Formats: sequence, C-alpha cells, structure tokens
Amino acid sequence: MEKVLLRDGEITLHTRERSNKWQMYINIKGTDVFVRKSTGTSNLDEAAKIAGKYYDQLKETANIANNSASGVIGWIDARLPILSFIRDHLTQYYAPKNFNFWYFFGSLAFLILFLQIFTGIFLAMHYKPDAKLAFDSVEFIMRDVNLGWLIRYMHSTGASAFFVVVYLHMFRALMYGSFKKPRELIWLFGVFIYLALMAEAFMGYLLPWGQMSYWGAQVIINLFTTIPFIGPELGIWIRGDFAISDPTLTRFFALHIVAVPMVILLLVILHLAALHTVGSNNPDGVEIKKNKDERGVPLDGIPFHPYYTVKDFVGIGVFLFLFALTVFFVPEMGGYFLEHANFIPANPLVTPDHIAPVWYFTPFYSILRAIPDPAFGALAMLLSIVVLFFLPWIDSNPIKSIRYRSTLFKINLFTFVIGFLILGWLGVKAPTPLYSALALRFSEMYFIFFALLFFYSSTRSNLFSYIFSGAIIFLISIYDLSRISADNYIIVTVGLMSVILFVIFMTLSPLYSSLNKEKEVPDRVTA
Amino acid sequence: MSSDSKDNSRRKFLTGSLSIVGGTGVAATLWPFLTSMAPSAKSKAAGAPVKVDISDLQDGDKIDLIWRKKPIWVVKRTKDMLESINTNEKKHKDPLSDNTEQQPDFAKNKFRSLKPEILVLEGVCTHLGCNPAYNPDQNNFFCACHGSKFDLAGKVSNGSPAGANLKVPPYRFEDENTIIVGEMPKEQKIDSA
Amino acid sequence: MIRKISLFFIIFITTSNLANSAAQKNELASKYEANISINNKASLQRGAKYFVNYCSGCHSLKYMRMSTLAEDLGIDEALFSQNLLFNNKKIGETMTIAMKESDAIEWFNAVPPDLSLTARSKGANYIYSKLNTYYQDDSSATGYNNVALPNSSMPNILAGLQGERKIILDSKENPLGFEKVSNGALSEIEYKQLTNDITNFLVYVSEPAKLRRYSIGFWVLMFLFVFTIIAYYTKKEFWKDVH
Repeated sequence: MEKVLLRDGEITLHTRERSNKWQMYINIKGTDVFVRKSTGTSNLDEAAKIAGKYYDQLKETANIANNSASGVIGWIDARLPILSFIRDHLTQYYAPKNFNFWYFFGSLAFLILFLQIFTGIFLAMHYKPDAKLAFDSVEFIMRDVNLGWLIRYMHSTGASAFFVVVYLHMFRALMYGSFKKPRELIWLFGVFIYLALMAEAFMGYLLPWGQMSYWGAQVIINLFTTIPFIGPELGIWIRGDFAISDPTLTRFFALHIVAVPMVILLLVILHLAALHTVGSNNPDGVEIKKNKDERGVPLDGIPFHPYYTVKDFVGIGVFLFLFALTVFFVPEMGGYFLEHANFIPANPLVTPDHIAPVWYFTPFYSILRAIPDPAFGALAMLLSIVVLFFLPWIDSNPIKSIRYRSTLFKINLFTFVIGFLILGWLGVKAPTPLYSALALRFSEMYFIFFALLFFYSSTRSNLFSYIFSGAIIFLISIYDLSRISADNYIIVTVGLMSVILFVIFMTLSPLYSSLNKEKEVPDRVTA
Repeated sequence: MSSDSKDNSRRKFLTGSLSIVGGTGVAATLWPFLTSMAPSAKSKAAGAPVKVDISDLQDGDKIDLIWRKKPIWVVKRTKDMLESINTNEKKHKDPLSDNTEQQPDFAKNKFRSLKPEILVLEGVCTHLGCNPAYNPDQNNFFCACHGSKFDLAGKVSNGSPAGANLKVPPYRFEDENTIIVGEMPKEQKIDSA
Repeated sequence: MIRKISLFFIIFITTSNLANSAAQKNELASKYEANISINNKASLQRGAKYFVNYCSGCHSLKYMRMSTLAEDLGIDEALFSQNLLFNNKKIGETMTIAMKESDAIEWFNAVPPDLSLTARSKGANYIYSKLNTYYQDDSSATGYNNVALPNSSMPNILAGLQGERKIILDSKENPLGFEKVSNGALSEIEYKQLTNDITNFLVYVSEPAKLRRYSIGFWVLMFLFVFTIIAYYTKKEFWKDVH
C-alpha cells in the first residue's frame, strides 16, 4: 500500500505501510534523497496529520541531503550553486497561478533574443561590412550559402517578431499595472531594453545596404543634427564621414553584432533579477506574497517549473508556428518586414519615391512628422519615449489591474492603443493634409494618455478637475491658434474640437457620473 | 494539494514525447546552421575543372596551378626519373598504391598517372598539409615541415612522418597537350556510372 | 484563449495581405498583370531561353548562378551549356555580361540595369507592363516610348515579335490603349505568353529559394503543429494539480 500525502513542487511526501504501521518517505525528483520516519500509527488519516506536522522537518533534512548531491552534479554544485539556482528560479520560484494569455510574451521575447543572436552569428560568417561588398554579400547569403536564405529570413523576421512580442509585453504591463510599486525597476530596465532594441534594429537595418537601409539611416541620423549647437558636428561624428558611407556601415556592424547585444543581454539579466526579487504581478494585481501558508509558500503561487515551463512550451509552439508561417511563406510581409526598395543597392544620388521606416518605428516617426519643425518634432519624439521611464510615478493609483479600475481608465487605455496603432499606420503613408492632421491629433492623444493616467491616480476635487482640463485644452489650443488660417480652419477646428471634447469628457465626467468608480480588489487571485 | 486526479504514467509519457519531439526539432533546426558552414555554391563553382596547356612543358620541369584552392603539380618526367620509380616494398609504405583514397582508379599503376611521363599530383603533404619541394636532382619531393620524402610518383618513403602517398587528383587529357584537372577520363566516367 | 489566438491569426493574415506597394505609374500600365507561377518549369525554361536570346545582350543577372539555374529548372548541364550558356562562361559562374558601362552610355545614354532583383524591388507587373506597353514615338531617341516607364532609354527590342503600335490618347492626353500599325511575328496571345514567361523567369531569378521555401515550410509547420498539440496536452495534464 502506498499513498501520496503531500506534493510540493518536486518534493513528494508519501507513506508506505510496513508491518501495520505507516512510514513517511520524502522523495525529491531527480535525486536519490530518501528520508524515512515512522508515524507509529496504522490509521491513514492520522498518519497524514502526523506527516503534515513532520513535513517541514523532513523537507529540511531532504534539502540538506539534496544540497550535497552526489556524482558529477554534486561535484559541480559544491563549486557552483547550480542546484540552489534551479530551486530559487525554477522549481521553488512561485509564480501566481492565474497568468493568462498575456503572460506568454516575456518568455517568447527571451526565445527571440536567443534566436536573433544565434542566427546573427551565422550571418556574420558570410556578411561583409564593406560598402562595396555588403549588398552582394547579402545576396550571396540568399542564393549561394546553403540554406542561407532561411537563416537570413529567420533573422529579418525575428527582428519584427521581437517588436511584436515586446509591444504586447509592454501592453500587458500597462493593463495589469506591472510597472507599479514594487516593480518600478523591472519597468525601467524594460524600457532600457526597448531603447537598446530600437538602436539594435536601426543599426541592423543599415547592414543590407539597400536603398531603404541607406535613406532610413539618413533620416534618423539627421535627427541628431537638429540638436542645437552640437547637432551638425554630432551627425558627422556618428557617420564618420560627411555622408553615410563605408565608415558608417562598418561601425554600425560592430555596434550591431557586439556592443548593443551585450548591453541587451546585461539589461535582460537585470530585468529578470529584479523580477525574481519581487515576484511576478498577475492579472488581478494581487500580491501573492501577502498570503502564505505555514511553509512560507504563497497560497496562490505555483512553482514556475514544471507548471509554467510546460505552459510556455504551448506558447512557444504557437509562436513558432506563426513565425515559420512568416519565414517560409511571407518573409517580406507585403513590404513591411523587408521593404521592396531595399532590394536596390544603396545609391546616395537617388532617393526612393517614398521613404518609410520599418513598421515598428512608425508610431514615433508619425509623432516626429506631426510637428512641422525638425527640432521640435525630434523633441516630441524623444519625449514620447522618455515619458515611458516616468510611468511608475505618473500613474500612482494603488490599484494595479485593469480589472478593478474605472471605466474611464479602460477608455483611456483603449483609445491610447488605437491611437498608437493609427500613428503606426500613418507612419508608412505619404503625408497628405488629412494624414498630417490625424498624425497631429493622435500625437496629442499619445501624451494626453499619460496626463490622464496621472489624473486618475487619485480622486480629484472639482477645482483640480477644471484646472487640469483647462490646462490641457490651453496647451493644445495655443499651437493651433498660432497656425490657423483661412486655408486650414476647417481641418484645424474639427481636429481641435474632437480632442477638446475628449479631454472634457475624460476629466469632467467623474464629477457628474460614476464612470470613474473603481472596483474593490480581492485579497486572493481569482481563478 | 491532492493527488487523486494525477496520472503519473500519462505524465511521464507526455513529457517523454514532448522531449523527444522537441529534441528532434532542435536537432533539425541545427541543420541549416551546420550546412551553411559547408562550401557555398560560389566556392563549389570555384572548384570547377581547370584547363592546363602543357605544350611548352620541358622534360624534367614542373608547373603549378590551383584547383579547388589547392596547388596542383604537373611534372614531365624524364626517362631517368621514370627509372628511379620502383615498387620496392622495403622503400615505400604503400608501394602498389593500394590506398584507394589517394588516387582515382586510373592512376593505380606503377607511375601513378595516365601517361607515364606526365605526373599530376596535389602538392599537399599527407602528413600535416605543407607544400613539399620538388628536387629533380635527387628524384624526390621533400617536405621541409617534418621531413617527409616522396618519390617522383608521389609515393611516400618508409621512415617519413607522412602516412599516405601524395594524392592524384582526377584529370583527363582533352588532347595531346591539354589536361583538364577535376574531370575523370571519359571512359572512366562511363565505368563508374 | 482559443478566441484570442484566432483573433491573433486574423490580424496576422490581414496585415500580411495589406498593400503590395510596388507603385504603378498609371491606369493603362496597371491593366497589365502578369500571371506568375514559378512552379511552372516549362514557362521558366522558355523564359530563360527568351531572356538569353533577347535580353542578355544588355541586361545581366549578376547574382544568378547558372549551375543553380540549370538545377532548379531541371535542365541537364550539357543541354544547358549548348543552349543557354552566357558568353562562353563556365556553368558555375553568374550571368554577368561583357558589355562595358562606357559603351552602354554611348549607345543608350544609360547603363541597362541588372535584372537579378527587379522583380523583388519593383514587382512582376512592372516588368510585364513595361514589355507590353511600347508604342511608336518619333520624338524619342529610340523611336519608341513606353507607357509603364515613359521616356525609357531602352529600345523596343521585341517590336519584331509584337508588331508596330501607336498610342491612343484621350482628350486629357492620358493613354487609353494601342492601335496596331503592322503585325509582328507573333500573335497577340503568343506575345503575351512570351512576355509572361520572361516575367515569370525574372520572378524566379529574384529569389531562387522560393522554389524550396514553400515545400520545406510545409513540413516545418506540420512538425510545429504536432509539437504544439503534445505541449498542449502535457500542459493540461500537469495543470490538473492546480486548483
């Protein structure tokens, strides 16, 4: 007769009947640890109770035994704490049990990082960072290197997939308030990763040395020249020449394959270390560490391994399916992942008819273009990214998850996401008067989102609401009043009025309705 | 936590299959990366057959050419030189060219060549890959790296660090004075097909 | 969960089908749409032959390795050497041409572009419509003009096959269609077939890997499907523990 009484991660406590008495055994998976103790009773229920009492003691003994594991693993563990690392970060790292769909993207981002480094190493074996040879060497990879096309498409699709996954990962953080106390550092490292990733993608895009590579880099580097005083000199210094040319390509190559990847890896380690220090947030925004059982295990926590490792495999499977679908069937993604004009070698004398950055930069590119002054445009774009760093302090509402926040918060987040997508779409389009007007309004909405997050951080008085509302309206109106003329008054008025109405609704409706009412956050996570 | 609903054998079976399928996937994914490191179509094309004109080659002279990035020697052996070649077992490690890796079938003969006077060899020492020097006066090839000695048919002498005879590349005569290195003689090709 | 995944799928597929932005110059040119099927070996073989006969005097395919071409099109190397080998080259080499740039500038006032990647950078329809929209124009140096690429410096080399044509303009000088002046060696359908074969061939040349991509991709997707199913059931089994 054998009966399992307790199971805690990889540790199993079970009993066995011996000469009419129940004995307790403790088993740790993957080790030969075996601790035995008699309960001194023949009644199973009673034995289970006694087993529970002795559990901690037995586990302790087992863990000590486990620490001195024998064999090769034991030899290594005595010198490098691999077993305790596995315990602390996998088998006894307790993650909330209510992770949903949105929690796949962290591990997927990690997978893509690995994939990009791996494919990148093999591309670097064939690629030539020389303005005369670069384009040819990419075609050499596509045609002459055995399965080189596959490696290249994996890398180019991987770049886009990285941003898809990272954007969804960031959206998750916005939805469930994962950037809030005590996870501010995780968020900060995350934004730094995002920045490094943008630099990495931007420099990588120059390497094929096609027309889009060249002119895209031209446009972005020229952003730096808008910086007052040092701008022009800085632009030349970045390029290493008076125009983008061989030195630019070679230094971008060095930065792309060595410097930035190392920075990203370091930041990822810090991101994860910070995460494992405070533990994961969850869709309910409840701190699972507040409710622990007598053994110190969070009641709503489950060991990361095996539960989330097997779950992540499902996510990885689905992701890789979509990834392979792209790599093998639509690697260009209709010109979004690999732009058509990039199959023409870089030519400093001919600008393509229409330059659009790769899709993942387009929302910010739209903000840049929305303001008809290069320096202020660049400043607005910079600000749109910098504002992300301050998010944990902008939104100090104690409720983390969207589930318990107000209707207005949901509307705010929803309009932000839609606006961000529209900005992205506008960024690939050639600017027409209508598109430029839309880009301006949605750029304003981008910043208003953060203002409203601050506004909803606590209950605001009537006076504060009116002043806040008035201040935003004033800020957006002065710009429009300065440029309104007989030619554009319809488009300006309609645009301005839409934004003003939105601001009034979002800031003043809390005073006259229950739209800003928040729900009570439960103590424990919901299923 | 209770254990009523769990089924250990099912769990083992599923994790086992997941590991096997996943492992196969990882192994298969490695293939493109490994094969990308093999010679590309360009390198293979550069390994195409090479033509050499020997109408000006004097008795006892050697010309060098490159085929598949390796040095190829063409030597016009004199009568004296041919007489210096023997199949004495005591002097050579592989006197009868039994090691089929080292020459095409057509060169498994005393002079290790299609025509006795014309010798075609890969100039790569079979010890560690240096280029042996041609010593027509002493009727041998001598590798300065580690002192391997080969006779004028490329057969390695006893006592040399090298273990095998110098390699004979595939080649054929297009006409009296033109050799194509990298192609088998026509009749040979039909034999092997 | 399933709902979300299928939503993801729908977004994915719609975005992948969005905008094929190879710009078309005008309405008439955009009426010419090539019928591309790179799995049609016969069409590719014909296209290769026509290309070598009519185009390769001026246009190179400097990234196309002839050995790859022979293998992909299922042409025996000996046959290939007899019929298609470029300018006495070896089969392992790429299809570059002997014409010097300085000569080209003297003859055409421009360097004929390499066509290895044109189908990828400008699209198949660009090539097809260009080959189909030549017409007589005395004001042009070559004696011809082109609707898809106005004032092109490329002479109308296929005029003998297509026949001479004049353009029909509407009141606003927009091109409406063509008027036949004299018959060419080919019928209209035959000419379209020929230009379509050339276009098809150039689409293949722009990305030879495409021939292999789909078939490998199919098996990879099958494998990942099986993997995901097993992972799903493993997850389900383990998560029975979680209440």
